[in-house]
Amino acid sequence: MGSSPLLEMRNITKVYPNGVVANSNVNFSLVEGEIHAIVGENGAGKSTLMKMIFGMEEPSEGEMLLAGSKMRFRSPQDAIDNGIGMVHQHFMLVPSFTVVQNIVLGMEPTKGGSINYKEAVRMTEELSAKYNLAIDPHAKVENLSVGMKQKVEILKVLIRGAKVLILDEPTAVLTPQETEELFRELKGLKREGHTIVFISHKLKEVKEICDRITIMRSGKTEGVFTTSDMSERDISRLMVGRDVVLKYDKTERRAGPAVLRARDLSYMGPEGKPLLSHVSFSVREGEIVGIAGVEGNGQAELVQALTGSLPGVKGTVEVAGENMIGRSIKEVRDTGVSYIPEDRMRQGAAKDASISDNLIAMFYRMKEWNRGLFLNKKKITRFTEEQIARYNVRCKGPEQPIGMLSGGNMQKIVVARECEAAPKLLIAEQPTRGVDIGAARLIHERLLEMRDDGCAILLLSADLNEILEVSDSLLVMYNGQFVAYYPDVKEVTEEELGFAMLGIKRQDAAEVRRALHD
Amino acid sequence: MNNFFSILFSTDFAFSVLRVMTPILFAALGALISNKAGIVNIGMEGTMLTSALTGVIVSAYSGSAWVGLLAGIASGIAIAALLGFFTLKFKTHIILGGIAINMFASGGTVFILYLVSGDKGASTSLKSGVLPSVHIPLLQDIPVLGPILSGHNILTYVSLLCVIGLYYMLAKTPLGLRIRAVGENPQAAQSVGVRVNRVQFISLLISGFFAALGGAYMSMGYLSLFTRDMTAGRGWIGIAAEAVGRSTTLGTFLSSLLFGAADALANALQVLKIPAELIGTTPYVVTVIGLVVYAVTEAKVKSRKLAKNLEKNK
Repeated sequence: MGSSPLLEMRNITKVYPNGVVANSNVNFSLVEGEIHAIVGENGAGKSTLMKMIFGMEEPSEGEMLLAGSKMRFRSPQDAIDNGIGMVHQHFMLVPSFTVVQNIVLGMEPTKGGSINYKEAVRMTEELSAKYNLAIDPHAKVENLSVGMKQKVEILKVLIRGAKVLILDEPTAVLTPQETEELFRELKGLKREGHTIVFISHKLKEVKEICDRITIMRSGKTEGVFTTSDMSERDISRLMVGRDVVLKYDKTERRAGPAVLRARDLSYMGPEGKPLLSHVSFSVREGEIVGIAGVEGNGQAELVQALTGSLPGVKGTVEVAGENMIGRSIKEVRDTGVSYIPEDRMRQGAAKDASISDNLIAMFYRMKEWNRGLFLNKKKITRFTEEQIARYNVRCKGPEQPIGMLSGGNMQKIVVARECEAAPKLLIAEQPTRGVDIGAARLIHERLLEMRDDGCAILLLSADLNEILEVSDSLLVMYNGQFVAYYPDVKEVTEEELGFAMLGIKRQDAAEVRRALHD
Repeated sequence: MNNFFSILFSTDFAFSVLRVMTPILFAALGALISNKAGIVNIGMEGTMLTSALTGVIVSAYSGSAWVGLLAGIASGIAIAALLGFFTLKFKTHIILGGIAINMFASGGTVFILYLVSGDKGASTSLKSGVLPSVHIPLLQDIPVLGPILSGHNILTYVSLLCVIGLYYMLAKTPLGLRIRAVGENPQAAQSVGVRVNRVQFISLLISGFFAALGGAYMSMGYLSLFTRDMTAGRGWIGIAAEAVGRSTTLGTFLSSLLFGAADALANALQVLKIPAELIGTTPYVVTVIGLVVYAVTEAKVKSRKLAKNLEKNK
């Protein structure tokens, strides 16, 4: 590790045109050859800082030094030209292209005017051998696993000569095994002299591979620390300003009769792949049933089937004894089903509508929210203010467009809407994805409160901590099927769960079928 | 009925298929290149009309069909540049931009035609040039094939060369790769420094170039004058051909050939005692049928795949 910083950001302030101060007086420095974590809640200003380093935004104030000399990046291309590369959280890949096409796009080697694929493949193979990132250059990207796609992204950055790699929450979509592989690769890159910026919410991972940590909180830097000096508790205290541990004092579960009962749900995808096959389970009053699994193993289709938005699904879904298949979404909701969707930007919220409009999206038809032909604005505003206070939503007021809020605060509004409807059944799909620890805790506590009040909750999550902490019992989905059922979540180890999620170990059908509670 | 079949299986008919396919193919190639870049240029019709008129006027005043052709191409590219300027720079909706171009060209060409020739219907008073036909040595002496493939207007051959050129460009060159990347995932292209707007602008210009060739062919090859709204929906049929051809170069060529055949059939049937108005609808009816067949086969292929996989699972 060298002593003088490779990259330095001094007294950076970023004010967006809408007046939001995303970074104020931020200092950040990167030493060559280190893995440097940036941690912070959502809305703490991590992404803004990264965007400035990568040339996607320009700072309003402050200066940036690269190897001691002043720099200004006006576009990502400037950053790339100066050896800085970014692996985006949402992959920037062209699905119908091959790996090699994606890698050389924009810098294609040519021979007589056409692309020299031989050379492109050679370049790719050379890099993948050098950094031990095994990949088939001729595979189509759309057929690759998430972990493989991420490798393509990393190679894309490396082939452009990046010495500094920014990874934006790289493990969010990976399985535990893929995460381990990624860490091995990152350590390899470090050995080769690359510098890595690692943005994450997962403190355990930060502890595992990072040398130093910059902690951000509400647009400011809380300091730079050597990782080995800090415990997870220390980090989280600085991040959120209070002692956040994702452990909950759960009361004993008092399970009542089944509220949701699904039998033999099967569904064939448009590509002819069975996305659900003979899925049966139940969720009882006063319990949280977790569904774990690597994404894309049928969870999305299962939720669609349960919420009435998957035409063509076979099997039965009963909520409180009533058949739900073939019902409209409104009818399903009227039965007492609430749904926190995974994609809050598209499904969970109307971005340009106000907070209060988003909050009453489930209630506006009801008589008590109307006055004659018009909505009862006073009541709605009062209700919104109550919810903002209750869920500790950071915003300017009920009329602020929800799209202006940070992810965590937006999600709180979605959760408030779905929970305040006092549902019999709540389906929560990745309720705390991309949400800061404070918001996650608040959401989890609300879910547990609802459970104690007798609500039946189905929790789908790719976050193992969440699913192990919040659920009472656990189902594991793999390849459109349930492969394991654990009546008591306390009996499950992470390792065992990982095996089930990857389909390495599976219980027999009878064992899984206990989840029906017939 | 015998008469009908003797028309259908004559070399004259086959020849005329290629002849009437040409403008449709140009329009389809124009639609293809812009679609590949993710911007739907529906201004084919207007661009063709503009270049058809420009070609006629310039060739009449310059005395050279070639100069007319160049001017026609320039006008088509200029129209595409205008569309690009408004949609890419000022973010006008591309469909609205395309509609504007079509309406502007439909009215504007008549206006300019009137200014130049004093006639609102046709450019008969202008002595405009015609692009030459090409007789291919050796090929023209082969029976059946010769009369079908030889003796076409030079732009017909150019259109076939364009199919090959476009195929090569899209499949093999860096620009083609970038165009396809921009059309499929602009963010991905942008993230590696590809300038999305520039690539889309280039695609639009190429699209205008193809449409302009189609327009010039109409007034300086297919006919030897400009008449009001002479493209008569060929730009739209070209767009349909691109869709039926599933946005592939070869598919687009084949479906253009099909629509050309329908158009040729409409022309050929005029000798029979069928009302001309009814015959005139043939190309459009075929277009509708083509789109329906396309949609149905798409759905069928999907469900067959599904059924196959169902079997496999059992």
